[in-house]
Amino acid sequence: MILDGKCPTGPIEKTWDKHRFDMKLVNPANKRKYKILVVGTGLAGASAAATLGELGYNVETFCYQDSPRRAHSIAAQGGINAAKNYPNDGDSIFRLFYDTIKGGDFRAREADVWRLAQVSNNIIDQCVAQGVPFARDYAGYLDTRSFGGAQVSRTFYARGQTGQQLLLGAYSALSRQIKAGTVTLFPRTEMLDLVVVDGEAKGITVRDLVTGKVRCHTGDAVLLCTGGYVNVFYLSTNAMGCSVTAIWKAHKKGAYFANPCYTQIHPTCIPQAGEYQSKLTLMSESLRNDGRCWVPRKKGEKRPANEIPEEDRDYYLERKYPSFGNLAPRDIASRAAKEQCDDDRGVGPGGRGVYLDFRDSIKRLGEDTIRERYGNLFEMYERITDENGYKVPMRIYPAPHYVMGGLWVDYNLMSNIPGLFVLGEANFSVHGANRLGASALMQGLADGYFIIPYTVSHYLAQSKPGKVQEDHPECRKSIGEVEGSTKRLLSINGKRTVTDLMRELGTLMWENVGMTRSKESLKEAIEKIPAIREEFWKNVKVSGNGADFNQQLENAGRTADFIEFAELLARDALHRNESCGGHFRVEYQYEDGEARRDDANYCYSAAWEFKGVGKEPELHKEPLKFENVHLAVRSYK
Amino acid sequence: MSAQTAEHGTMTLKLIVWRQAGPGKQGRFETYTAKNITPHHSFLEMLDVVNEELILEGKEPIAFDHDCREGICGMCSQVVNGVPHGGQERTTVCQLHMRKFKDGDTIYIEPWRARAFPILKDLVVDRGALDKLIQEGGYISARTGGVPDANATPISKADADYSMDAAECIGCGACVAACPNGAAMLFTGAKVAQLASLPQGQVEAPVRVADMIQAMQECGFGNCSNHYECQAACPKGIDVKFIARLNREFLKALFKSKAGSHVFAGE
Ligand SMILES: Cc1cc2nc3c(=O)[nH]c(=O)nc-3n(C[C@H](O)[C@H](O)[C@H](O)COP(=O)(O)OP(=O)(O)OC[C@H]3O[C@@H](n4cnc5c(N)ncnc54)[C@H](O)[C@@H]3O)c2cc1C
Ligand code: FES
Repeated sequence: MILDGKCPTGPIEKTWDKHRFDMKLVNPANKRKYKILVVGTGLAGASAAATLGELGYNVETFCYQDSPRRAHSIAAQGGINAAKNYPNDGDSIFRLFYDTIKGGDFRAREADVWRLAQVSNNIIDQCVAQGVPFARDYAGYLDTRSFGGAQVSRTFYARGQTGQQLLLGAYSALSRQIKAGTVTLFPRTEMLDLVVVDGEAKGITVRDLVTGKVRCHTGDAVLLCTGGYVNVFYLSTNAMGCSVTAIWKAHKKGAYFANPCYTQIHPTCIPQAGEYQSKLTLMSESLRNDGRCWVPRKKGEKRPANEIPEEDRDYYLERKYPSFGNLAPRDIASRAAKEQCDDDRGVGPGGRGVYLDFRDSIKRLGEDTIRERYGNLFEMYERITDENGYKVPMRIYPAPHYVMGGLWVDYNLMSNIPGLFVLGEANFSVHGANRLGASALMQGLADGYFIIPYTVSHYLAQSKPGKVQEDHPECRKSIGEVEGSTKRLLSINGKRTVTDLMRELGTLMWENVGMTRSKESLKEAIEKIPAIREEFWKNVKVSGNGADFNQQLENAGRTADFIEFAELLARDALHRNESCGGHFRVEYQYEDGEARRDDANYCYSAAWEFKGVGKEPELHKEPLKFENVHLAVRSYK
Repeated sequence: MSAQTAEHGTMTLKLIVWRQAGPGKQGRFETYTAKNITPHHSFLEMLDVVNEELILEGKEPIAFDHDCREGICGMCSQVVNGVPHGGQERTTVCQLHMRKFKDGDTIYIEPWRARAFPILKDLVVDRGALDKLIQEGGYISARTGGVPDANATPISKADADYSMDAAECIGCGACVAACPNGAAMLFTGAKVAQLASLPQGQVEAPVRVADMIQAMQECGFGNCSNHYECQAACPKGIDVKFIARLNREFLKALFKSKAGSHVFAGE
């Protein structure tokens, strides 16, 4: 089937304004009759729930943590983009649009990206009004910095805690609505199923993580704002609880999953220290503004970094990409680091690391300036590695970080299931095959504050409120299924822990479906994943019981979903016979190692339809048209 | 340097951990042994090792809250050897590393203990009271849309930095757990100070401080008697000067009595 993203036509600068005018509105007096379920309280979910509450809708919101403020958006360090052009350095909505399309390696919809760039400016205004303490210059105006993949300075930041401050802003707006009674909060509650009635999304089934009670919430629309699935690699920069579960359950109920193979590996993370490791820690990419990446020229170099003279150092990013240098986009910087290490010039334990060196900028700007800019990152680095980044170069290595893929949505952020909307990292919409730094925060807030209030209203205006209640047979069926799978997990009583199995899956995915992929590696993964699935359902050990606070059970459910999902990810990667953005197939590269896209055959978004566990999914294509930006080889040289 | 792992031997530690089956149930300390721990294990990774063994032995693993494991979400919450987050300066327990311990050490691990934070299980507590405090006034009422341009009002760097210092709070509740009275003064003070120091937060400043102080009492938080254990325990190093600011803002609110009056009427 050919999918239609329902993009408005006409001159791109007018698309969103025109579309906004064309959409239907809900009468203010009727808004409270509509119930909207918002799953997730990160930037996307909290901003959506708060804004919909302000509009007068009856909102229920859910998160698995004990407080909405702990969603993983909190961990974003570097910043948020906007086309304000405050520094007067040549930025514009068009340039942000252009950079995002190009950065995404021409695999995103033009109209969606345009809208994102357009509302980016409102986001900064909104956040400042909420009291987000962005960095300022001595005249009291907002400060910006540059990020990978851009030659203008458009990234707003709040020390190294931008995500935290933006999330606390959205959380405060959300809290205000909770107080006002328009939003009801359900923390420590995990969505485990989507309820679809007559083809429309009408509810969710959740487990109360404290009491274990499973129940259904019904509503007139469901918004999934549940974040990314990059924990499919086991070790990543995501929080321990981040999972594919919510969107995978929706996928199993009919929602198409788009471009799952577009995963982002972040170039600047602290290298893994040992087998026991539970997660990887990101060092903000903003560090590349002042840090220089290098490896020793000599293979197997044994000298400590500070004793290696200038002529024996290879500043490989500056050498390969003279115009972008250390600010080359993430996918390119990550692969370049891997190449150096594969070439036996890596540093640190196991040779899996490259240097990120601040020596020169400390000389130029002084240690105090560097401390002012990145102090908390240096502290974090030292806490984890016991090394002082001001004195010896940091060691970094790429790690799984973010996903561009997610549930397929149209221009209104609605999936192919009417009434099911998907926001933030959980959807596939704007980043194409690669996301630029500081653009995910922008997307989450654009979706929640400025897009969904219009598009959800448009949908609701065309439907009657309260069609499905909690005693509906579909609700009872869904509760039965969730309880059944919980019982099954608890009854296996095998010999392997959930973590052990998840680590096995993650290792396979990282090695075969990670930074670089090949036909062979993918085929092998597709062969091996079902065996892991079988082993899981035969041999996993989950102790305790279901009617209780049971973290093993939570993890077991998430792992089971990751295992099913991993197969789809690998299949998508195998079907895409090209390299683009975060998807790098070794068969498809130019002589100099750059990614070779195939626009003649793959200039489309791949949206997969679920056909059963272990069964081959069905591919639907949404062709991509580029009318405002010329399809060109993405070059950062 | 990091190649140490191989040189250092591994450690064996004795853990004395608070176990409690559920809210209101009788709790007790249990003893466990953590084996094969390297200096590079984080504290929570050390607990992971112990839990994996417990699971394989068919015993219930130790329940503890955690999520980001990088010191920012505020989810982790353990009292280690009597000190919330274990006593390393500006460090959450998830960022505490085992290089701070020695082979053979005995480590006591307990949940946050405060009247406002009931225990849910083992080391997990209910911190909903902190959310409640924010709901009662920890915001600027700026509806989405219709706000001025972000650069319309310059804010001095000093004010912006002061506001950011306060805004760094991760809401973990260590300050409450450290306080002999279980007060939430540092948490509340940080929020009040963050917003009151910005021009856009001043309109509601008197109502905000009055409402949040009243909510502190209703949620079961204690009073401040200037022990300042809170600052010492805070993993973000939030300064007690924000408690002074809270008190000042409260006095200011008193004078603008209209906003403050309902608080005092109740006392
Ligand atoms: C370490 C790190 C640094 C980053 N730095 C930057 C940066 O500097 N700039 C930038 O633009 N982007 C950055 N990103 C990316 C960005 O932070 C995320 O993409 C973005 O915050 C995601 O927001 P979200 O609202 O979609 O999801 P999240 O913030 O992940 O929120 C997900 C929510 O869904 C809930 N949830 C999930 N599953 C369920 C379920 N089954 N049931 C109930 N609730 C559920 C969770 O409880 C949570 O509330 C960074 C990411 C990481 C990991
Ligand atoms: S787990 Fe997030 S702060 Fe410790």
